[in-house]
Parts: sequence; C-alpha cells; structure tokens
Amino acid sequence: MEFFEKLMSIDRRVIFFFVGVALIVPFFLDIGQKIEISPEVQALYDAFMELPPGSKVLMTFDYDPPSAPELQPQAITALRLCFDRNLKVIMIGLWPMGPMQANLALGTIFSEKKYLDKEPVYGVDYVNLGYSPGNELVIQRMGSSIPATFPRDFQGTPVEEIPLMQGIVNFSNIDFVFNLSAGYPGTVEWVQFAVDRFHARMGAANTAVQAPLVYPYVHAGQLTGLSGGMKGAAEFEKLTGFIGKGTKFMLSQSFAHVIVILFIIIGNTAYFVTRGREKRS
Amino acid sequence: MATGKLRNQKIYFTLICLLLFSPTLIAQQTESADITATPPAPVTEVVAFDTPNDAGSSITICWKKSSDDRPDDRLFAGYKILRAVYPRGEFQQTADAPAGAEETFDNEAKDGVEYTYRIRAVRGDLYSDSDASPPAQSKQQWFHTGRVNALIGCLIIGLAIIFFINRAKSGKELYIRKIAGLEAVDEAVGRATEMGRKIFFIPGINDVDNMQTIAGITILGRVAKRVAEYDAKLEVPVCRSLVMVACRETVKGAYLNAGRPDAYDEDAIHYLTDEQFGYAAGVDGLIVREKPATIFYQGAFFAESLILAETGNYIGAIQIAGTAMPAQLPFFVAACDYTLIGEELFAASAYLSKEPKLLGSLKGQDVGKVVILLAILIGIVIHTLGLFNFAQIFTVR
Amino acid sequence: MRRQIPQLLTAIVGFVYIIQFFIPHKPFNLFERMFSDWFLIIAACAIWLGVLNLLKLSSEKVYKRGKDWPYSLVSICGFFLITIAGLFFSGGRHFQDPGTPFDYVYVNIFTPLSATMFALLAFFVASASYRAFRARSKEATLLLLAGFFVMLGRVPVGDLITSWLPEGYRLSNLTDWIMNVPQTAGQRAIMIGIALGIMSTSLRVILGIERTITGGE
Repeated sequence: MEFFEKLMSIDRRVIFFFVGVALIVPFFLDIGQKIEISPEVQALYDAFMELPPGSKVLMTFDYDPPSAPELQPQAITALRLCFDRNLKVIMIGLWPMGPMQANLALGTIFSEKKYLDKEPVYGVDYVNLGYSPGNELVIQRMGSSIPATFPRDFQGTPVEEIPLMQGIVNFSNIDFVFNLSAGYPGTVEWVQFAVDRFHARMGAANTAVQAPLVYPYVHAGQLTGLSGGMKGAAEFEKLTGFIGKGTKFMLSQSFAHVIVILFIIIGNTAYFVTRGREKRS
Repeated sequence: MATGKLRNQKIYFTLICLLLFSPTLIAQQTESADITATPPAPVTEVVAFDTPNDAGSSITICWKKSSDDRPDDRLFAGYKILRAVYPRGEFQQTADAPAGAEETFDNEAKDGVEYTYRIRAVRGDLYSDSDASPPAQSKQQWFHTGRVNALIGCLIIGLAIIFFINRAKSGKELYIRKIAGLEAVDEAVGRATEMGRKIFFIPGINDVDNMQTIAGITILGRVAKRVAEYDAKLEVPVCRSLVMVACRETVKGAYLNAGRPDAYDEDAIHYLTDEQFGYAAGVDGLIVREKPATIFYQGAFFAESLILAETGNYIGAIQIAGTAMPAQLPFFVAACDYTLIGEELFAASAYLSKEPKLLGSLKGQDVGKVVILLAILIGIVIHTLGLFNFAQIFTVR
Repeated sequence: MRRQIPQLLTAIVGFVYIIQFFIPHKPFNLFERMFSDWFLIIAACAIWLGVLNLLKLSSEKVYKRGKDWPYSLVSICGFFLITIAGLFFSGGRHFQDPGTPFDYVYVNIFTPLSATMFALLAFFVASASYRAFRARSKEATLLLLAGFFVMLGRVPVGDLITSWLPEGYRLSNLTDWIMNVPQTAGQRAIMIGIALGIMSTSLRVILGIERTITGGE
C-alpha cells in the first residue's frame, strides 16, 4: 500500500532521470526505424517536385534557436532539395534570428562534399534578405512590393544589384512560399495574408506543438502541405533521400515517448490500486 | 579554245556538284529551321479592367494563354506586358509574367488615365503580340464590396453587444455562468496574504498590441485592486517594455481606486527581457527564489507556458492561468489549478468587476455565438445536400 | 485629462482601423500602415525603457548587496557582453556575419542556452503527464486515452506495435484521425469563441467601457 502511494507522488527528478536516459542512450545506438509518410508531408514534397527548374521559392525562417532541433533539419532538407533541382531561393525572416538560422543551414549544406566544388552562387541561386520588423505587416507590404519591404539584403547590398531579385515585385512573381514557423508571427499569419489576400502558393514546416493549430488550413486547401515536428522532419528527409538529424533524433523521441507512456501506466496503476484499497477499507 | 573548253567543264562540274549536294544543304537549312524557335501562338481574349476594391493605381489584365504555353515546351519563356496610353500612345513594356499565367496587375497606373494593353508571348528570341485590349482606367473605390459579409457580421455582433450593454445599464439582471478560475481569485489572493508571500502576475509574452495582453492587463487591474485591499505584495515581471508601462499605469490606478496609493511600488512591475526563453528562465528563477503563494498567467503564451507552470507547481503555488492560445491550453490544464479557456480570458475582467455594462457585453458575445452556431447547422445541411456553396458567403476578400 | 486623452486616442485609432478595413479609398488605405509604423517606432524606442529599468534594478541590487544579487550581476554582465561585442567589435552593419564576436556569442552561448531552456520541456511534459493523466473521471479517461494514442502514433514505435493490422488502420492512422477530426473540431470551436471574445473586448476598450488599462476603474 505504501509502495503504491509513494508511486503516486514520486519525486519528479526520478522521472527526469529516466527521460534523460531515454533521450541520451539512442545517440549511441544504431537502430533504424520505419518512417511512414503522412499525406501532409507527401503533399509538401510533391509541391516542391512540381516546381520547374528556375522557379522562385520564398523561404521564411520564422523561428529561433530553441525551435531549431525541429525546424533546422527541415530547413536544411528543403534547401538541399531546392539547390539540387535548381530552384532559386529567397530567404527572409519575420523573427530577428531567422536569417541567422538560414545562414547556419547554408553553412551545414555547403560543408558537404557535394557542394565543395559546386557551391550555389549567392545572388544568383539564393539570397538572404534578412529580417524585417512588423510581423504580419511585413507580409502585407510584401504583397505590394517585396523590394520596398526588403530594400537591402542581409549584407546591406541593395536588392536592385542582386540578379536573383530582378523582376521580383510581389507574390505574383514567387512560385512557392515555404514557411518554417515556431509561433507568432508564423504560418497562421502567412496564410491569412500571403495566401488569402495575395493568392500565394504555400507549404509549411511547424514545430510539433504548433502543427495541430495549422492542420485546419491544410484541410481547407490554404496550405499545400505541412510538415510537423521531428516526425515531419524525418518524413521529409526520407522522401528527399537525405538522411539528417531529423531521422537520427527520431529514435530519441521514440524512446522518450515510450518512457512517458510507461510512467503514465505506472501512475494509473498506482492510482487504481490505491483507490481500490481505499474503497475496500 | 582549250581555255574555253576547260572553263565550260568547270562550270558543268560546279553545276553537277550543286545538284548532287543541294538536298543536303536544303536538309541542313531545314534542320536549322527546326532548331530555331518558331514564334509562339499569340495570346487571345486580352481584357483590362480597374482592379476592384482598392485605392486606385491598379488595373487587372486577364488573357487566355498562348497555345504554345505548355510544360513540355522548354523554349516558351513567358509573357511581357506592354502598356500604352489610349488611344495613340506608344506601347512600352511594364512587367513580366511567367509561363502559365493568365492574369497580372499593373500597379503603376495613374488614376483617370486610359490605358490599353498587349500581351507579348515570348519563345526563345521570337515573340508574338496579342491584339490591344479595350481601354481601361484605374480608380479608387469607396467601399470594399468583398467585405460586405464582414461588415454585416460586425454590425450584428457589435449591435448585439451594445444592445445588451444598454439593457444591463437599465438594471436588468444578467445570468453569467460560474467560472471556477475566477471564483478562486479572492481565495488565491487571501492565501498569499495569510502566508505572507508574494503574488506573481505574468501578462504573457506578447506586446501590448495583442488583445490577449490587453485582456491580461485588464485582469491585472482587478487583481491589483484586490491585492491592494488585502495588503498583499504583487510582482509583475514582464517581457515587453510597453507592457511594463501599461501594467504600471493599470496597477497604479488600481491601488488608487482601492485607496492605497502609498502601497504602490513601481519597481514591482519590472522588465526582464524580450527573448522568450530568457524571460522563461528569468521568471522561473524568480519563482524558485521568491516562492510566491499565487501565480497568475493571463495573456498570450507559447512554448514557455509549461516551463513556467511546472515550476510554479513544483513550489506549491496556487496557479490560475488564462490564454487564448489553443496549443498552450493543454499544458496549463495539466499544470495549473484553474485554467480560463479561450474566451473566458476575455470575459474575466467583466466577471471580476461585476459591472453591468461589462457583463452586458458578454451577453452580446453569446448572441454572436448563436448566430455562428445557426450558420454552421444551416451550412451542414446545405453542403450535405449539395445545394450550393454556402461557405463561400463567409469568405472575406 | 490624464485618462481621457488615452481613451480618446484609443477610440479614434480603433474606429479608424475598423473603417479603413472597409474603405479602400485614400486616405483610409494609408492609416493602417501609418499607425502600424508608428507603433513599431514607439515599441522600438520603448525598448530603452525596459533596458534601463532592468539595469537600474539590477545595479541597485548589486550595489546594496540585496537578495540574490549575484543573479543581477550576471544579467548586467550578459547585457554588456553582447552589446559591446555587437556594437564595437563585429564590423558594424555586418555584425551578424559568421566569424564575428557577436556571431560567436550567438552560436556558442545564446543558442545553447535557449535550446537548453526549450529542452526542459521534454522533462516537464513527462512530469506533468505523470501527474495529470490519471483516469479520475470519464473525461479524464478520454484525455488519457487520446494522449496515449497520439504519443505512440507520433513515433514509428506505434506503427511497429500495430504492424499486424492492415495499412490504413494502424496507430499512426488513428493518431491522424484524432488530430484531424476531434482535435481540429475542438480547436475551431475554441478559436470561434476567442474571436468573439477579442471582438467584445476590443469594442469595450474602444468605447471606453473598459478603463482599467488606462488606470481607470
């Protein structure tokens, strides 16, 4: 009886310890997992694959370092896909640290052997226009004029001098928008303004917490596809054939989920045993 | 004579060679002609009209795309938009449109000036122009016809709110259901007073332009008045400078209204950082060190919600949360004693004040909810029977 | 007047914002952008209020050796470290470029610290779930079961356990159904209520009925 009562009010540090073990141990294991592709991620991948070479993709980095474990693998995968298919990438951020995350993603990609000899050219194949304050107002202004909203790139070069930005006026010159979002401003604002008002075609990658809020937009057809959380990252990586951190970290996530479920079962078992004995006594 | 004969032989030889090799030459020319792009089929049905529901300076141009505009035709480069002032102006290029496009906007038109447009289909180095469109001129509109439905909705709900506010002012008793989290405010403040520990109020991490923050600050005003009356201690760590300023005004006013201006401490409302997790770390540190008896979380929260709530739960504080962020509600429900869900956050100020005018606005909200419920039910029937696109009525352009 | 002027300004700006949504004609179309720009400028300038407040309180605590003053010292040092590194030693406008001291601090101090705080969620979710997911009532049992299935279905382990079921009937499919149908329906209902609440609160603030925010009663 005491044992089950103690179980009901176990010190949370015991739980923390087991969760810590569940997260760390998989780093030393080499277990493959079967990743099933969800329709939403498949739709996102298909949207990228439908774009002909030379298409302009606007990638918006609306997240910061805390959300990087979930979103950075997706950013890297999307950028790789774009470079391999000769899609031109325009990167912006509605979060101050978004453009820096974009640079980190580029750094990761360009350090790969494949790109050492043939690195995409800045200003021709991709450009980083940096951060603009104003949240959803930035999106609204981009609907009128992207160069007016981002007059200079991340390094201070006027956009008129950037070859990739020639002919880019507003969303009608953008073939696809890919939004990586961890909160506000993020996918919801992009849908409300870029998709609903300016008819942009858009896909998104969100954190696992944010994704449920965004599913209604996928079902309503406002979003072309959605990749949610670490699992979405793993699915996206599987579809593109680039196995990265999204897939590797899924094992830790699986272990952690199992541990949490075990603890829930233990807690409920203790609860029912304690309650049953209380009723009998 | 011999020279003349030799010359004739040369001529005959040249002619024979030409005859023998001419098919090859012709074939090469034909092949060259195949490699070089042929002009694309022109665009048809070009129309231009004033872009509706805007502030002028914009003309919409629509066309039926060229029959050569196909995904497998790699040479097809897209369209160039040519504009001329009607009737005798010279056509000049103003914009481009990609292959597949059948609509574009000229956002640099001058109001009142008539323009005519041609669409140039481009294939390689060759192109073909369409016929000129009928003239069009841009103008400003006084009313956005695509938002009539929004106006009607606003009027229905707004008038309902105003009606019930006036009805409440006339003294009519309005029934508002009990909200457990708000009933517990007095108990929570009293507990802190008895224990001699602080009350923390966290107004969310968004700025003062967010309605959840406004709602949180109005609740802070009510809570601060109770705190002043009970002579307890209040601390409000904030994430935004403007929120700090607004909270200070609110709390000062609350203390004044409670007759305790002397007890107001400006430094109790202080700024930590704009950074989300820096703020969470700062508040967590304060919670663990100060050990408040009561913590209010009222406003917009994101991923830091569970970090804050779990820390508060760990130290044994009574926690009352309220947010309109659906993704964070489960975390608050799991970790806090009471949670105000969605619209309850916005109703809290009215509920706590018990002012008839404010309570009346809650009834008006309910009218809006009834209207939406009816629309959903009607929509389900209409769409199930496939009568017409009822949902389209609610699209706001 | 101290309260009336803010209330009047609130009412004017509120009504103008509503009107400009329906009237595209000049000058109404300019108001939204103008007021939004003004707000951004005010918010950007107001950062100094917060920063000076933080420095003032922290300095006072350090000076008077108040309660927990070492934490205030850390705040002050952190603030000056990144400000000086970014303003004076990172190449001016290019302060965010890779290799600058600002970038070094961002990559090696700020990013790991932020990620650590976010990572706490993994542990806190476990402890909160252990405490909250008890089948005390019918509703709590439903919550427990939904959480159970979604947690398992979101990782490949769920499909591994139910691999014996035909495709389309496995745990990930059940999870997708839970997320797409009841979860979405619940979210939409809450969002409708929120939208109405926002409208009501906005109207109260604009009409001056809700005055606590300007220090009134």
